[in-house]
Amino acid sequence: MKTRVALTGNEAVAHAMKQVNPDVVAAYPITPQTEIVQIFSSFVSNGQVDTEFVAVESEHSAMSAAIGAAAAGARAMTATSSQGLALMFEMVYIASSMRLPIVFPVVNRALSGPINIHCDHSDAMGLRDSGVIQLFSENAQEAYDNIIQAFRIAEHPDVRLPVMVNLDGFITSHAMDVLEVLDDETVKNFVGEYKPEDFLLNAKNPISMGNLDLYDFYFEHRRQQTAAMEAAKDVIKEVGKEFAKISGREYGLLEKYHLDDAQLAVVVLNSAAGTAKGTCDELRKKGLKVGVLKPRVYRPFPHEEIKEALKNVKVIAVLDRAETFSTNGGPMFQEIRNTLYDLKGDIKVVNYIYGLGGRDLLVEHVEKVYNDLFDLKDGKSLNTVNYLGLRE
Amino acid sequence: MATLKELSKVPERLVGGHRLCAGCGHGVATRMVLNAVEENEHVVVGCATGCLEVATTIYPFTAWNCSFIHSAFENAGATISGVEAAYRALKKKGKLTENFKFIAFGGDGGTYDIGLQSLSGAMERGHNIVYVCLDNEAYMNTGIQRSSATPIGADTTTSPAGKVIPGKQQPRKDLTAIMAAHNIPYVGQAALSNWQDLYKKAKKAVEVEGPAFLNILSPCPRGWRYNTPEIMEISKLAVETRFWPLYEVEDGKWKLNYKPKKYVPIEEFLKPQGRFKHLFKPGNEHVIKAIQEDVDRRWLALLERCGETPELPPR
Repeated sequence: MKTRVALTGNEAVAHAMKQVNPDVVAAYPITPQTEIVQIFSSFVSNGQVDTEFVAVESEHSAMSAAIGAAAAGARAMTATSSQGLALMFEMVYIASSMRLPIVFPVVNRALSGPINIHCDHSDAMGLRDSGVIQLFSENAQEAYDNIIQAFRIAEHPDVRLPVMVNLDGFITSHAMDVLEVLDDETVKNFVGEYKPEDFLLNAKNPISMGNLDLYDFYFEHRRQQTAAMEAAKDVIKEVGKEFAKISGREYGLLEKYHLDDAQLAVVVLNSAAGTAKGTCDELRKKGLKVGVLKPRVYRPFPHEEIKEALKNVKVIAVLDRAETFSTNGGPMFQEIRNTLYDLKGDIKVVNYIYGLGGRDLLVEHVEKVYNDLFDLKDGKSLNTVNYLGLRE
Repeated sequence: MATLKELSKVPERLVGGHRLCAGCGHGVATRMVLNAVEENEHVVVGCATGCLEVATTIYPFTAWNCSFIHSAFENAGATISGVEAAYRALKKKGKLTENFKFIAFGGDGGTYDIGLQSLSGAMERGHNIVYVCLDNEAYMNTGIQRSSATPIGADTTTSPAGKVIPGKQQPRKDLTAIMAAHNIPYVGQAALSNWQDLYKKAKKAVEVEGPAFLNILSPCPRGWRYNTPEIMEISKLAVETRFWPLYEVEDGKWKLNYKPKKYVPIEEFLKPQGRFKHLFKPGNEHVIKAIQEDVDRRWLALLERCGETPELPPR
């Protein structure tokens, strides 16, 4: 049974967590994630979940406790944003190297400094090389759906990796949205029982975890993490197909929007993809062949699928809501351009940094991007790295 | 109370083959604490990064017969909290029938310093865990750097005894009292040489419902520079000079567990250790005097807290 409800992104995430009913949630409040922790705490205090809620004293301890719980054999979660994610940086790497299927929403917020509470993706991008799977969500519906699917992905025997579910701070987390939620039983059956193979609380087979791993094995263990990431691509697609059976909504590694005959494309993550799609619709009405590519999965990076999706596009703009300070563009731009190199075609790729610290991305900004791309296609010159909505 | 002979027959949870130094206190302390867990009960050991961790779990080997988890340096308190929370959750859901105890070990670096926040949080939240600090009074694993547990005057690689500064300048942090201030059911300070006292405290810590903390002085032959076989003599001198008093705080009640019969000057403890050698050179008498004053002041304050007459032992 499906029900249409009006929820904020944070409420939708908390609702998904309630339906999953994890064994342990260890979390620390931080704007704009705070509501998730508050709402979930009320589920605990009202007996709506069986979860042990560990109200830790920091995000470093949040991920540490989640690691302890997952290693012990429990289904464990945390949730954070921005500085919280930065503080747990060390432990995120350790969670993935210990191959613990911890699911954690990250409500994307700009990193300090200067301190800012609004949306950008610098928090998530800082952990792109940590070995966690990263899913991105355009709206509350996708955040809800991603949380539910994340457990199946994380706990799959070929994967066993933490999954970070990203949603945009305030834009998605605090805005009321209409979405369709599944009934508790359907979610419970879809997620299933968690059956760990090796775990600390296995009295018959004690185990040492987190051993000192020197030059004789460390390299092989790191390579296994990459293999798990590779395997995750098929698992994510399979889980997405199965999820379609219970929800009617299918998920893959990315979403292609009017790309089949597109000459120009914008590549963008999370909520800004909605703005890009809206702008694309308007331009399509005028007969312009434009499209949008929205990666849903950033880690593992779906390079094959991206190549396939963009192979016939002439000019591409990658929109990044994060800086690398490399002076060579944002993080996604670098990876997309790297991916397209193999096509050896005459594809032009440019970058736009936008929306840092929560600055709005407007329809007129995306229109400007498409106009720039038309100009570029017509032979006019354009900077490789550009800034949208910035006063200079 | 088990005899030493009986204890020697209890199956070990930390077995031989580990790579702790000869004459290191960590192995002795760890085995004694784990002996306090009943044979028919299971244990998950948590461990901060440090000597105990690197010496016992070099992949693909392990010296642990029980489950063991290390994740990082500053978070043994939080990590074992998560394990204990998982235990409660799985018990509640009927997915687990066996009984487990949860004991975390950290050095003074992982406990007094970088892990203090994580430990404080774990204790305040009331997890049913034991946290054991193996206090060897400096960061020994990285090569003897000063910690907030390093005593005044000690020569370490980051508080070197130089031409101008004679070793560490600051007094030790009183971690045991800080833990008592968390109002947890059990806090104990113990030494290896007084093994019966240590065993009793470990037993109480393991059996009490709720969080317990043990601070065990664990001599380090590399860092303290004593003659390796004399580890127990050194430990005994720490207790007899009142440098390391044995006491416990049970449900908020402070109790002194051992009162030396006579006043043993601090020089007796300092002299056999290379880390204090420079203090016996002319011109550094004031440092020894400062250490003695610090020891005496803390002793009198402790006696008061324990409801004893605040007086020094007879000379």
